[in-house]
This record gives sequence, structure tokens and C-alpha cells, in this order.
Amino acid sequence: METTPALPTPALVQPAPARSLGQRLSTFLYLRPSLLLVLLLGPPLLWLGVIYLGSLFALLLQSFFHLDDFTGQVVRRFTLATYQDLLTRANFDIFLRTSGMAASVTLAAAALAFPLAYYMARYASSRGKAILYLAVLMPLWSSYIIRVYSWRLILAKEGILNWFVVQVHLDGVINWLLGLPGIGGPSLTVSAIGMFLVFVYVWLPYMILPIQAALERVPRSLLEASGDLGAHPGETFRHVILPLAFPGVVAGSIFTFSLTLGDFIVPTTLGNSSFFIGQAVLSHQGTSGNIPLAAAFTVVPMVIMGFYLIGARKLGAFDAL
Amino acid sequence: MTGNSPPAVRFSAVSRHFGDVKAVDNLTFDILDGEFFTMLGPSGSGKTTSLRLIAGFDQPTAGSIQLHGEEVAGRPPYERDVNTVFQDYALFPHMTVGENVGYGLMIKKVPKRERAQRVNQMLEMVRLPGLAQRKPSQLSGGQRQRVALARALINHPRVLLLDEPLGALDLKLRQQMQVELTAIQHQVGVTFVYVTHDQEEALTMSDRIAVFNRGQVEQIGTPAELYEHPATSFVAGFVGVSNLVGGEIARAITGSPETFTIRPEKIRMREPSTAVPEDMWSAEGAIRDVVYLGMNTRYLVELDGGGDLTVVQQNLDTTSMDVLAARGNRVRLLWHKSHARPIATGHLAPGGRPNHEIDPSASSDAG
Repeated sequence: METTPALPTPALVQPAPARSLGQRLSTFLYLRPSLLLVLLLGPPLLWLGVIYLGSLFALLLQSFFHLDDFTGQVVRRFTLATYQDLLTRANFDIFLRTSGMAASVTLAAAALAFPLAYYMARYASSRGKAILYLAVLMPLWSSYIIRVYSWRLILAKEGILNWFVVQVHLDGVINWLLGLPGIGGPSLTVSAIGMFLVFVYVWLPYMILPIQAALERVPRSLLEASGDLGAHPGETFRHVILPLAFPGVVAGSIFTFSLTLGDFIVPTTLGNSSFFIGQAVLSHQGTSGNIPLAAAFTVVPMVIMGFYLIGARKLGAFDAL
Repeated sequence: MTGNSPPAVRFSAVSRHFGDVKAVDNLTFDILDGEFFTMLGPSGSGKTTSLRLIAGFDQPTAGSIQLHGEEVAGRPPYERDVNTVFQDYALFPHMTVGENVGYGLMIKKVPKRERAQRVNQMLEMVRLPGLAQRKPSQLSGGQRQRVALARALINHPRVLLLDEPLGALDLKLRQQMQVELTAIQHQVGVTFVYVTHDQEEALTMSDRIAVFNRGQVEQIGTPAELYEHPATSFVAGFVGVSNLVGGEIARAITGSPETFTIRPEKIRMREPSTAVPEDMWSAEGAIRDVVYLGMNTRYLVELDGGGDLTVVQQNLDTTSMDVLAARGNRVRLLWHKSHARPIATGHLAPGGRPNHEIDPSASSDAG
């Protein structure tokens, strides 16, 4: 073997390859995963913890103060007097009216959303699905107030809906509906029916998307297995599709239910003198300056939602999560 | 398997075309009552489509499918006396193991008490007693497999369809399940129609195998028939490993250009000076490559006349050192004339080389 001059070890002679600041930063963070976690989670937790939960806490706190009727000043001392004011007969009517509307809007939205979501998840081509997504989401790009006001025009006595109904000689049906006690009124623009139509319209996308996502996660083989074991399509729907899509329905209903509970624009635009919770909050904190009572009113939808979620859990909505 | 009773499944000129794609093209074959029938083939060969046609998940575009003499083409799955074990098991995630297994009985409105009893019997048969209250997500892959099997068998179907049911399991568990599946098949006496791309699995379990290729069946036979008498070059390449010799090289060896196949393990490797007995063919060449496989060694021998042959020799006396040192050695290859099978040249198995006139070999590693 020929002798060769001994090679110096590379580590001693060659400097480490020059690395950019970015590379060194990446390596620094790569070796400290917990630091990275803190950096990533810090801002959202700060936002959620301080600004979001903090203001919620402040709100709760306000509801335990009381407005002095003589001075019109808020007395910053712990008391349950505001809640006593809240639990009156008239206010119960407001809670019931709002919850009833929220429940019927939710049911109608679910019934309308399910077939469309099912079609999107099971049958639509990827192109068709993209178009449907766009169609579902597009209304959300325009201002909600503008959409509510355009519904006022659509539902007005001189509006396009009434014109169409007269053309097909169904005005009797509309008049009969408007004559019903409780949900009727002088015209669709001033009635619970009109409010219901607009609520269903504005919240429908929030129901379609979660149901569609849930159905998308049900593999086709499960439906085939059900049919293979002798189940007719209706039985497959009842025993397999519906239970697996139920978490999506509940997720959607949380949106439609809570958004209806808190809304004050639609009742103000299309309602009559009967208040909804949102309107009550607005009037108490605005005109009368009774911030504690407004805060107490706001607690009500939160409590209702709490019961709603407990009920959903009892129904097994979160079993498949 | 009496001659009088109609076959469990009869395909008569069945086609399933998806536009221009002929997933299944003009298939005709019978599956006998009570047999373990395997549909073997590479992916896209039409075996799974055929299974789905039997189950009713898919309908043929032409032809007739009979189950026990009864026409079923056009009938939905829930009106067929067959059940399926799915590749991904397809267990209902919102139900317990017991509810999954009892699903078919629940649909049939079998009373709760009887249902529970039969579910327990089924779980005992697949050796999962006491797991009825678990959720499928709490089970291992092998256990889910057994639940899927129990669920499919509880309706006492006359035909059980299995779509690559062992594909997701590891080797040890797969081999164990192969033994259990055949045992269960003997126990319940149901016709099993089994889809797989694993030729070893097919050879291990089946009474008969249909080898699928490009929407057609290349050959149907017992495992031994397929291995020893492959009808086409595709079957020779897909079931086991095979050398395909044709053209000039075949002429140099046998005197005829007719293509024949010879299994690697049937070839003996000797010194070049070895005399050739009357009943053997022989070829000379040099060892180009050696792969030590523990029990065996695989040699690639480059023939003097061109092309190469794969030869497998048991390591009876040789060690890894010996066989690896053999690279470059000149050898004489010998095999019995009766082991060389004339063959119809057709499509090659994937991995096989194109069957060109002067390319004598085509070995496939479908194993």
C-alpha cells in the first residue's frame, strides 16, 4: 500500500458551514419545542383568557350590581336585586318568545340544511361541491343588515313575495297565516312569521356546513355494510347516517339557536312591539342606562344554552366525537 | 359440491364498464356451493368489482349473475343472501361490538334476548367472548377483523364475501387469521368468496383460485393446478415466481422456439462439466447476482445464449459466505423436461419484463 499524507480531520480545519440567521433560529426553536408552544399559544390564549373571558366576567359582575332608582347611579355592591327585577312575568314572556323562535328556527334550518348537506357530501362532484360551497357562503360576504332590510322589501305588502302569491292565487293562505294569533300580524314585515323566515335565511349556512362536514366523515363502506346486513335505505338512514351526522346537526343548531337568542336586528326590523332578549338588552343598557339589568338579561341566553348543551349530550350528540 | 345443486354464484357473460374502462369484461364462471373460492389479481384487475357485483353494491352493465340459481342482477344488497367482510372492516363507530354483531338481527327484528344470545355465540366463535360492551375504537386491528367476520356471519348467509380482509394486519397475525378463517369456513360450511392480491394467501387458503387480469379471468384452478400448470404467462408470473423462456434461447435449449416456463426452485445448479442426463434440459451461464435469503439463496444466472434465469437453491450445506462468493462463477443449469411447461404467451404480471422474442426470462416477485 502506498503511503499517503495523513488527512487532517475535517472538523478541525473546516469551519462549520455558514448558516443564516433564519436557519439558526429554526434550529433553536426545533430543539425547544415547549418554547415554540408558548410562542404559538400565547397570543390566542391571551386573547381568549383576558379579552374574551375577562369581558364576560365583567359582564357577570355587572349583573350583581344594582341601579339606584332615585339617583340613576349604579351601586357597586353585591346584590341579587337585579335578578329579582329580571324574574318578572313580562320578562319570562320575552325569554319564552325568544327561545321558541330560536327552537323553531333551528328545527326549520336543520330540516332544510340536511338534504343539501347530504347531497354535497355524497353525490356532488368536486366542481359541483365548490359551486355549492360558494352559493352557501356568498350571502355571508354581504352585510347582514343589508340582507335583513332587503327581506323587509321582499316581504312587504307591495313586495315581490306578495305579488307572486297573488299571481298564483295563494294570498288566502298568507292571510290565514297572518290571522293566526301569536305568530300573525298586519303584514309579513310585522309578524313572527316574517321574522322566522328571515332568521332561517340568515342562519342557514351555519347549519349546512357542520352537517356537511359530519356527513363527509361517514365512509361509504358503512352505508354499504348496513345494506349488506339487510337494512333498507330508510333503516340505514335511521340507524347509521343520522346518528353519525347528529354531532354536526347539534354543532349547527348551537349556531342557529344561540345566534337567534341574541339577535336584536331582525326583531327590530321585522317585529312588532313584543320584545326579544336582544332588544331588551339594548333598551336597558341604552335608553334607561340600567347596565346591571342588561347584563342580567345577557346571562339568560347563556343559561339557556347551558341547558341546551346538557340536553344535546343526553341525546348522545357528542358520543361519536 | 354435488353435481345437482346449482352453483353458489354463477357469472354468465358479466360486464361492468365505467365509461371506457372495462373493470369487468364478459366474465363467465361458477363458484361451487361450500367451496373456498379466491379471486386473485393485481389492483385494478376486476376482482373487487366482481365481488361488489355479487354483493349488489354495483350492478353489471351486461350479463347475468345468479346466486343459487336465482337471478340477482338489478337487486339491491339488502335483497341478497350474501354478507360481506369489508377491507376497512366498516364497523359502525357509534355502536358497541355487540350492537355491531347484532345489527343484522336487529334489522330482521329478532327479539332482544335471542339477539344477545346469538351475538354471544358468534363472539365466542371468533374467540372474542366478553367484548360485547366495547366500542370498535377500543379494539386492535385483529379484533376488529373478527368482529367484522362475526357480524357478517350472524345472518347465516349462504355466501360470505371477503374483500382483502387481512390486508391491514401484520404478517404474524395474518398467518394466524388465515388458519382461523379456513377453520371457521369448515365449521360453518358457508361458501367463501375471498378477494386478495396476495398469491401466498390465495395458495394457502383456497379450494380454487381465479386469477384476474385486466377485467378477465386468466385461469381458474386449484392452487396446485395454478402453480404447476399455469395456463398463461401472466398466471406463471403472478402465482409464484417463474422464468419465461422463448424464441431463440428456447430453441438453443429445447430445439423449439415455443415459449415455456420453469420455476426457479426446479432448476439445479451444477459445475459446468456436469453431464446432462437424457430426461433433462440444460443451459450454461455465469452467476451475475446472488441474494441470500436465509433458508434459500436466489441466483440470477446470465445465460451464454443471452437472457437470464432466476434460480433458487436451498441452503442445505451452503452458508452466506459460500453463496456470496459464488458471484461470477460459471455454472450449468439443469431441469427435468417435465417441469418445463409450454405456455400461451399473453400479458405479463406486473414486474415481469416485456415478453420479447429474444428476451427469454420474465421473473416476477409477486410474493
